[in-house]
Amino acid sequence: MSKVVKQSILVSLVLAMSVALAACGGDKENDKASANADADGDKGKSIQLLNVSYDPTRELYESYNKAFAVYWEKEKGQQVKIQQSHGGSGKQARAVIDGLEADVVTLALGYDIDSVQESGLINEGWQQKYDHNSSPYTSTIVFLVRKGNPKGIEDWDDLIKDGVEVITPNPQTSGGARWNYLAAWGYALHHNNNDEAKAQEFVKQLFEHVPVLDSGARGATTTFVERGLGDVLLAWENEAWLAVKELGPDKFDIVYPSESILAEPPVAVVDKIADKKGTHEVAEAYLEYLYSEEGQTIAAENYYRPTLDSVKTKFADQFPDIKLFTIDEVFGGWAEAQPKHFNDGGIFSQIYVPK
Amino acid sequence: MAGSVPLTAAGTNPPIRSRRSKDSGVVKWSLVSAAVLVILWLIGLPLIVVLTEALKKGWHVYVQAISDPDALSALRLTLLVAAITVPLNTIFGVAAAWAITKFKFRGRQFLITLIDLPFAVSPVIGGLIYVLVYGAHGWFGPWLQEHDLKIIFALPGIILATLFVTFPFVARELIPLMEDQGQLEEEAAVTLGAKGFRIFWKVTLPNIKWGLLYGIILCNARAMGEFGAVSVVSGHIRGSTNTLPLHIEILYNEYQFSASFAVASLLLLLALVTLLLKSWFTRKIKN
Repeated sequence: MSKVVKQSILVSLVLAMSVALAACGGDKENDKASANADADGDKGKSIQLLNVSYDPTRELYESYNKAFAVYWEKEKGQQVKIQQSHGGSGKQARAVIDGLEADVVTLALGYDIDSVQESGLINEGWQQKYDHNSSPYTSTIVFLVRKGNPKGIEDWDDLIKDGVEVITPNPQTSGGARWNYLAAWGYALHHNNNDEAKAQEFVKQLFEHVPVLDSGARGATTTFVERGLGDVLLAWENEAWLAVKELGPDKFDIVYPSESILAEPPVAVVDKIADKKGTHEVAEAYLEYLYSEEGQTIAAENYYRPTLDSVKTKFADQFPDIKLFTIDEVFGGWAEAQPKHFNDGGIFSQIYVPK
Repeated sequence: MAGSVPLTAAGTNPPIRSRRSKDSGVVKWSLVSAAVLVILWLIGLPLIVVLTEALKKGWHVYVQAISDPDALSALRLTLLVAAITVPLNTIFGVAAAWAITKFKFRGRQFLITLIDLPFAVSPVIGGLIYVLVYGAHGWFGPWLQEHDLKIIFALPGIILATLFVTFPFVARELIPLMEDQGQLEEEAAVTLGAKGFRIFWKVTLPNIKWGLLYGIILCNARAMGEFGAVSVVSGHIRGSTNTLPLHIEILYNEYQFSASFAVASLLLLLALVTLLLKSWFTRKIKN
């Protein structure tokens, strides 16, 4: 009898505790969520944007956000605070699809924005909305070598010489690495009368010279720069300049190959979310201002190639004029290149043998 | 005989005894020095590296790094997450340990396995499951969006992921302890007329306080340090959903090595504060 009483007391106690906890836990979360929603919408004149971007644009948008906030307040008398999120381009697209409430996405390649569009968050035709395929700035792939270029690396051919170690991230996870891979492929095509089999053989040999595949562009840079691995890093032009600036011009040289790929990192407003938050107008202005004189200057100062002619001439010395081919010309765009080369079972997974 | 025994003992035992004590001395000191070496190498050295790297570019850079608005917001978030998850998991842990050890019921073993699950599962998976459940395309995604509730890529998601990862610490500390103690004392308390909470405060809690304290410390350390699960659900919005460990990685990736170690030393400081609190509580309980 007493045992039954005791047990029922304890059971009810445990039950009561967990029910009470579940209830207050739930309340807490709801409160927080609605508090967040309030902060986004009802701050009077102040407005918040979230820009979901890829890894190497951190420094660029840090300066640009300040400039745009000043411009917007002057123009509309409205305060705008821009929040940033950075990560690997594919991962960031995934996060937006999963519910990260980005007003704008500024990613490494069109394919990633395409996948956000396919989830229904972005209206079709986003790439025609702004000039230059919605890519306000461009970049290319260059070589970062150790000071004095001890291995004498001048062009893509030199990368597959004996004893040369190449650092590049994994094309299956990194946007930058896909540009690296396609740049090498395009070079090989052009030097072998557009023979696909020879291009594939060249890229296969190139990846035999890669001792380790990092998952992202910044990881690969750190491997090359901090861990001292490899003789040459295939990198975004802006990433290479930044590494030289941050870590000392006495340690590295930048080598421009005879030709490379024109990388077009595009931008888009995430229509559904901007509509929901009521930020569509400012989100559009935010992207348009990237094309302005000031926006372009900030891009150039952060080693992105400007598309506006006046800024181009001003920074001509910084961006050597090399032959650049586009992904549309050589590969028929991302929609073709991605499945053919990088998806499971694509050419990369066939030619790359992990060490 | 009484005289001869000590004599033989005196004649034969001393060399044996001295050899034995010499042996144990060697064993003792080699063990102690091995432990000290390993601790220095595994824990001391990295600590020194963190501090020297943090101060490499001088106090100015150090102070700037830890007073940066993004760093402060990360610190606030980390403390807030710990302040919510640790008490919740303490209560959950005590309730679960109590239910498991003081009662026999069907599915008891299964419940223990469930509690252990977060230890066995990679934290990244721990984060991903919440994305799959609460994400825009997850089970509750459409409903949450309709009601404009944000779980993933906001504070609730970070708290959920941290709760998941730190769930076993308190319960796992308490279950073996309470199992050993059995329920005799609680039964005695019941026969003496004590009820519910009184039994808990007067009988159970004093018995488990050490295990509980240790469990809370571990739980807190992990809650403040968790990277993988939180990284998946955070969305990495600077100044908003970045916790300290995420902020450290960001700074490191931005070539701000000194700043990243400076913030790392801040996290270290939090750990030290936790340990100090523990010894303070220990003394308080003892008195």
